[in-house]
Amino acid sequence: MTGQNIPGGSTAGDAPCAAQPAQGHDFAIELRDINKHFGPVHANKDVCLRVRKGSVHGIIGENGAGKSTLMSILYGYYQASSGTIFINGRETKIRDPQAAIAAGIGMVFQHFKLVDTFTVLENIVLGAEGGFLLAEGVRAARAALQRLEREYELQVDIDAVVGDLSVGLLQRVEILKALYRGADILVLDEPTGVLTPQEADHLFRILAALKAQGKTIVFITHKLREIMAITDYVSVMRHGEMVAHRVTAETSPEELAELMVGRKVLLRVDKTPAHPAATVLETDNLAMTDANGVQRLKGVSFSVRAGEIVGIAGVAGNGQSELLEVLAGMQPPSGGRFVFNGHAYDAAHPADARGIRAQGLGHVPEDRNRLGLVSSFSAAEAAILGRQDDPLFNGLILMDERRIRENCLHLMEKYDVRPVDPALPAANFSGGNQQKIVLAREIERDPDLLLVGQPTRGVDIGAIEFIHRRIIEMRDAGKAVLLVSVELDEIMSLSDRILVMFDGIIVGEVDPAEADEKLLGLMMAGVDPRRDGPSREGAQA
Amino acid sequence: MSTASSVLKEGRLPRWAEIALLPAINVIVALLVGGLVVVLIGENPLEVVKVLLWGAFGFQEAIGYTLYYTTNFIFTGLAVAVAFHCGLFNIGGEGQAYLGGLGVGLVVLAFDGQPFYVILPLAMIAAGLFGAAWAFIPAYLQAKRGSHIVITTIMFNFIASTLMVYLLVNIFIKPGQMSPESREFAENAWLPFIHEMLGWFGISFEPSPLNMSFLWALALLVLVWLFIWHTRWGYELRTVGQNENAARYAGISPVRNIIISMLISGALAGFLGLNEILGVQHRLLLNFTAGYGFVGIAVALMGRSHPVGILLAALLFGALYQGGAELSFEFPRITRDLVVVIQGLVILFAGALEYLFKPQLLAIFRRIALMRAGG
Repeated sequence: MTGQNIPGGSTAGDAPCAAQPAQGHDFAIELRDINKHFGPVHANKDVCLRVRKGSVHGIIGENGAGKSTLMSILYGYYQASSGTIFINGRETKIRDPQAAIAAGIGMVFQHFKLVDTFTVLENIVLGAEGGFLLAEGVRAARAALQRLEREYELQVDIDAVVGDLSVGLLQRVEILKALYRGADILVLDEPTGVLTPQEADHLFRILAALKAQGKTIVFITHKLREIMAITDYVSVMRHGEMVAHRVTAETSPEELAELMVGRKVLLRVDKTPAHPAATVLETDNLAMTDANGVQRLKGVSFSVRAGEIVGIAGVAGNGQSELLEVLAGMQPPSGGRFVFNGHAYDAAHPADARGIRAQGLGHVPEDRNRLGLVSSFSAAEAAILGRQDDPLFNGLILMDERRIRENCLHLMEKYDVRPVDPALPAANFSGGNQQKIVLAREIERDPDLLLVGQPTRGVDIGAIEFIHRRIIEMRDAGKAVLLVSVELDEIMSLSDRILVMFDGIIVGEVDPAEADEKLLGLMMAGVDPRRDGPSREGAQA
Repeated sequence: MSTASSVLKEGRLPRWAEIALLPAINVIVALLVGGLVVVLIGENPLEVVKVLLWGAFGFQEAIGYTLYYTTNFIFTGLAVAVAFHCGLFNIGGEGQAYLGGLGVGLVVLAFDGQPFYVILPLAMIAAGLFGAAWAFIPAYLQAKRGSHIVITTIMFNFIASTLMVYLLVNIFIKPGQMSPESREFAENAWLPFIHEMLGWFGISFEPSPLNMSFLWALALLVLVWLFIWHTRWGYELRTVGQNENAARYAGISPVRNIIISMLISGALAGFLGLNEILGVQHRLLLNFTAGYGFVGIAVALMGRSHPVGILLAALLFGALYQGGAELSFEFPRITRDLVVVIQGLVILFAGALEYLFKPQLLAIFRRIALMRAGG
C-alpha cells in the first residue's frame, strides 16, 4: 500500500518497475529489474531501486541478502546479468569503477583502501594525480581539499601519515577521496562497524552536511538503529530481492526487522536474573605488551563468577583481543596475574593454551577464520581442534576416525549445523554454520569458563538468536561466561555485568539495567561521566 | 554442497581434477613443447616418444633402471612434501641427502666386518639421523629466530657440498689413487639387488641397480600417508602449516612442529644415501645426489604433496631419466642435453607453472556445471 507513492520502486509482488511511469529526472539512481546470477545462485532477483536526489537512502538486509552484490554492480565491479541502470535520469552502462566515478558515484568500503605509509594528501591524489609531474597535481589537490573540508565538517590533517590516524579519521579520508573525484552520489558500505557511537554521530553530521549540499547518499547497514537515525527512505533486501520500500519516518525497527528476516524476531533476549556463585576467574592488574613493544593491557582487574555473563564493551582494538589471548594462554602477560579455577598465572608462569583448556576453559575466538578454524580441514577435523590429544579421539598411534566423525555428527545435530556433512571442508560452510561448529566444539566440552569473542560477527539474524540462547543456557547451567563484543546491543542484552574497556584499561562497570548507548559510548571513548562529570563529554579517541 | 555449486560459488575445481587432471594436462603440455623442440632438431617426435617409453619400460633392465631412479625421487619428493604440510619449503633435500649418504658411508666403513643384519639397521639409522641433523639447523633457525628456511636450506646445500669435498679429498680418500673416493665396502654390507632377491624365489630378472631400498621407499609412502592424515602428530603439523594462529589457539606449538617436520623431511631425504651408497656405488664418493634433491621439489609439487601423487610423479621422472638416456643412443641428433631440456620442461610446467591452466579448466567446469544446472 505504502509502496505506491514512495520513491523506491515497487514492493514485492507489484508489477516490475519498468511498467511504472517513468519519472526519472528527480532520481539520482534508478535501478530497473537488476538480475545477477552466479551460476544457479540468483544473487539479485529483479531488483528495483529508486534513490531520490539529495536524500539519504538506507539499504538494509541480513548478511548474504544481496546488498553488496547490488552495490558492486552499481560501482562496476560486477556486470548485471540483466537490467538497466539510470544515473540522474540517463541510462548509464557501468563497466568498471572508472565508469562509476565518471558517472559521479563514490564508494566508501567497509575495509579502507588506503596506503598506510602515504600521507592523507598522497592517498587522495593516488590514481588521480593529474599529469606526469606530481607537484602540480598535489598543489591543486591541496586547495580543493581545504575547500571540501570546510564545506562538510571533514577535518583531517591532510599532511598526516595515514598509518597514524584513527579509524574514524580514515573513514573521513575515504569520503574526501570520493568527493575529490567529483562524487555526487556517495555509497557507504557498513560505515559504522568500526566506530564508537560518538564517531558514528560525527559521521552522521558529515552525512547531513553532504545532504544539505545536495549530495545523494546510499547507506548500507544491517543495524536498524542507524537506519532510523539517519535515513529518509529505506529499502529492505532479503534473499536477493527487494522486499519493501519505506519512508523511514513511517516505519519502525520492529517492522524492518520482520521484513529483513521474513518472520517475527525478538530484538531483546529473554533471560532470567543471574544467580552468581563462586568466583571462577579473577584478574589482578593484568598487563600485556605486544611484540612491537606496544602496551595493549595496562592493568586490568575484574572477576567473573560462576553463573553470570560478564560483558566487555569497547571499540575494537582497545585491548579486548589481547585480554582474551592472555586468558586463553595464547600470549603471556607482561605483568599482573590471574587466577582461574584456583590456578594462578603470571608473567613468570604464563598459562599455555593446552594446559588451561585442560583446567576447564573454553574459548570461542573473536575471529573464527583466523583462529577458530583451519578452513581447509574437514568439519570433523575442525570439530576437534584443541582436543586432538584427547584419548577419546586417539588410539595408540592412529586417530580414531569413527569417533571423530561421530563427534562431529553429534555436534552438527545438536547445533543445527547445515549441511550435515562431516567431510565437507570448514571453508564451505556459511559464516553462521562455521560459528556454530566453533561454539559447539567449545561449549560441549563443558568448560567452567567460556571466553566468547564477537559471537555473532558475520552471522545472520536467525543464527544470532540461537547463539545467544546457547550462551544464556551455559550461564543458567552455572558456568561463567566472559563475553567480548563490539555490538552494544549484544553486550546490553546478554550481560549480567558490563565492563567497558578503553586503551587497555577498564574504564568502569555498568549495570545493564542502567546502561544506555550514550553512557557506554562515552565510556568507550575513555570518559566515565559518572566520575569525570559531563563537562568532558566531547572528548574523543 | 554439491560439486557443481562449489565450482560455481567458490571457484574450486573438483578434487579429482585438482589432483589428477591438472598435473596430467601440465605433463602433456610439457611433452608437446618438448615435441616441438624435437621437430626443430629434425627428428620425428612420435618416434622419440616411442623410444623414450620403450627405453623406460620396454625390457626388464629398463624397468629396473626406471624404478631405481624412482626410488630416489620418492625419498626426495617425500622430504619436500612433509615439510610442505607444515608450511615450510624445504629446498635442502640435496644437502640432506648428501649428508645421509655420508652417514651410511661412515657406518659401513666402520662396521662392514659385521653381518648384514647388524649393518642394515645401523645404516638406515645413520642415513636418517645425518639427514635429519642437517635439516635441524635450518629448522631451529626458522622456528626460533625466524631465518627464512628457503634461504638457509639453500645455503646448507652448498655447505654440504664443500664439506663432502673436504672429507673425501682429505680423509676418506683411498690411499694411492687420484679420484676422491673411499675404499669399496665389503660385499656382505651391500643392499641386495632386486634381481638377486627375485632370484631367491626362482624368478629371473635382468640385472639392474634396483635394490632393496625401493621397498623401503614404498613403505615410507604408506608411513608418511598414515602419519600426516591419521595421527594426532600429523594433525598438529597440518594445523601449523595451514593456519599458525589456529595452532596457537589450540595449544599446538609451531616451534615444535616446524622442527619435527624438518627432522622427518631431512631423514627422508637422507635415505637416498641407502639407495645410492649402500645399494649401488658401494663406496663413498662425490656428487652421488646428482640433483635428485632438487627434482624432488618438482615431484612433490606435481604430486600435490600426497604419497599417491608423489609415487606417480616419481615414476614419471624415473621414466624420463631412464628413457631419456636411451634417446641419446638411438638418435644421434638428440644429445644428453636435449633430454635435460625435456626434463626441464616437465619441471617447468608441472612445478613452476602448476596452476597455469587452472583458470581455463575452471571455466570449462563452470560451463559444464551451468549446463547441468540449467537443465
